[in-house]
Amino acid sequence: MSLRVFVPCETTALSLGAEDVATLISREAAARGLKIELVRNGSRGLFWLEPLVEVDDGTGRRAFGPVEPGDVASLLDSHFGDDHPLALGPTDELPWLKKQQRVTFARLGVTDPVSLDDYRATGGFDGLHHALELTPQQLVDRVKASGLRGRGGAAFPTGIKWQTVLDAAGAQKYIVCNADEGDSGTFADRLVMECDPYMLIEGMIIAGLAVGATQGYIYLREEYPLAHRHLDLAIARAEAAGYLGNNIQNSGRAFALEVRLGAGAYICGEETSLLESLEGKRGMVRAKPPLPAIEGLFGLPTVVNNVLSLAAVPSILRDGPEHYAGFGVERSRGTLPFQLAGNIAQGGLVELAFGHSLRELIEDFGGGSASGRPVRAVQVGGPLGAYLSPAQFDTALDYEAFSAIGAVLGHGGVVVFDDSVDMAEQARFSMEFCVEESCGKCTPCRIGSTRGVEVIDRIMRGENRDANMALLEDLCDTMIQGSLCAMGGMTPFPVKSAYTLFPEDFQRQGGEA
Amino acid sequence: MRACRVVTTPGQERPGLTHCKWRWFDAPPAPFYKVDTVMDETQAGVLDTVETIVTSLKHKPGALLPILHGIQDHFGYIPDVAIGVIARHLRSTAADVHGVVSFYHYFRSEQPGRHVVELCRAEACQARGARALESHAKARLGVDYGQTTADRSITLKPVYCLGNCATGPSVRVGEQIKGRMDPARFDRLVDDLTTYKLELN
Repeated sequence: MSLRVFVPCETTALSLGAEDVATLISREAAARGLKIELVRNGSRGLFWLEPLVEVDDGTGRRAFGPVEPGDVASLLDSHFGDDHPLALGPTDELPWLKKQQRVTFARLGVTDPVSLDDYRATGGFDGLHHALELTPQQLVDRVKASGLRGRGGAAFPTGIKWQTVLDAAGAQKYIVCNADEGDSGTFADRLVMECDPYMLIEGMIIAGLAVGATQGYIYLREEYPLAHRHLDLAIARAEAAGYLGNNIQNSGRAFALEVRLGAGAYICGEETSLLESLEGKRGMVRAKPPLPAIEGLFGLPTVVNNVLSLAAVPSILRDGPEHYAGFGVERSRGTLPFQLAGNIAQGGLVELAFGHSLRELIEDFGGGSASGRPVRAVQVGGPLGAYLSPAQFDTALDYEAFSAIGAVLGHGGVVVFDDSVDMAEQARFSMEFCVEESCGKCTPCRIGSTRGVEVIDRIMRGENRDANMALLEDLCDTMIQGSLCAMGGMTPFPVKSAYTLFPEDFQRQGGEA
Repeated sequence: MRACRVVTTPGQERPGLTHCKWRWFDAPPAPFYKVDTVMDETQAGVLDTVETIVTSLKHKPGALLPILHGIQDHFGYIPDVAIGVIARHLRSTAADVHGVVSFYHYFRSEQPGRHVVELCRAEACQARGARALESHAKARLGVDYGQTTADRSITLKPVYCLGNCATGPSVRVGEQIKGRMDPARFDRLVDDLTTYKLELN
């Protein structure tokens, strides 16, 4: 058996030089007359070790990383030996991977993302074949029994949403996948689309069968060019193999799928704004009701689900809802992929059942800050999530425990800051981001955010600090109570947590900060 | 839009117009869509291309975003003359189409530099020094966000998250995303983008 060498084709690995590494490995191997099979797999999600090169000589995969172009010659000279300084040992034995509970991400980095054979060989489409034998109501019941809640942030029970669309009357129904992953510190959706696109496609087909929808759209953000390429390729191959189209696996059932690109608007991650954008309009938020499940895309019943919710569906169908519900605690069932980001020594994707602590995530998996300085603040749940201080790190990672401390788990993004952070600047940025990204439909968000930046500027300059702090508090409450959607309604969360937990940063003398 | 054939380039000598009611203007007020109005061959070519792109995509439900992407992929921006063509085909109005173009950060109405360099400003990159990189980049290029260098080689843009959050600060150039960017690596990147390499054998 010739040596198989795996070099990830995934954005983070590529951003650190994986393409050069792959080219050099081919060239150096040829120069040495060494026969290798180069496989472009996805990433395993151990981003601090990227580019992570794996080799398999028939005895299992062994990892090397981080491999820079300059290391390639010595790696080949050593015949990828275990004594090479970059050798990490068998990939599956890496403690960082072994401690995880990879359910949705079981295939991550293992396979060639766009290979149908790889996908089928690892249990792909088993869920779909099972789904084709069930009635729509049975399918919806399976998803309900799994306890799956929307992974986009709002955590609404997926099965109930599907039931509403199944029960709604409509000549045409739609499945819309929200792949507008705009939250800073999140990349799990991107990893699904870049490294395991067939899983998302399979989840969407099953959703279509469950609610009677024959058309699906993946609304993908423009900032993800590689995900776009992999999805388009995967959809074309799935079509050619009869998984999409008018006669799915000769069942007589139909489902068509298309990727639609966004155009750089954070607000389009909000579901009603996303639907407006898909209809070809400005991404302005709609008032609810009517719910998208009743009047969604083009006014017809529509399931709008996050990538991770849909990606969880194939395994729920394949292994049974009880298996999925076996993970997690209380009302947070299953697993959530946490994304360790920002100033973190060992960043990447950590899929765990709900219920572990934030401290475990940041210290055990993350290994503290990348700069080596003490961790001062952590923002969980994207730019609309609250900042947490180290005193709160023992909070359990589940939806209810987080809302009990006024925070959100959201999409599972964890952004770590060391002690060089200025929390007044961060609070100002939250408002500034809202100015930049507000759709402008409601006043508290459109005007409030601009006033928020101004008030924080005055506080930072030390002008009438007490009065301005009171004004900021009042403004935050107005935005929370009066905004139409989460953009304006949650922007105050990071702001309030910043001045509550880190008041010293708002007390500096003018000009010092 | 084909009807707008009046020359409106500001400052240009226009003897034929001196007697009209606009004569006390240096130039007549520019229409908001800034049509540079004498239809030359290139512009006719632009319109033909726009027609082709619009015709090939307009059957899609909610076709406007795919059409705008198609046009920007081709030209690098949305030429103003395209607005009217799109509106006509979609039975919409120029104002509505313009409203969509201006809503989305990605769509632009002017030709960018040869390379568009996007700096991530979001929190995860801030935690890794994106603010310092931002000021360095602006100083190095001598431009602010949304501007193009004088030699038209680089347009600088902010971006809010490239999904490369564990290895920031991140920068995007075209389809490529680059991680762990610092001022020194940024300078090398700029040098690479602005240097023409000659391969001599």
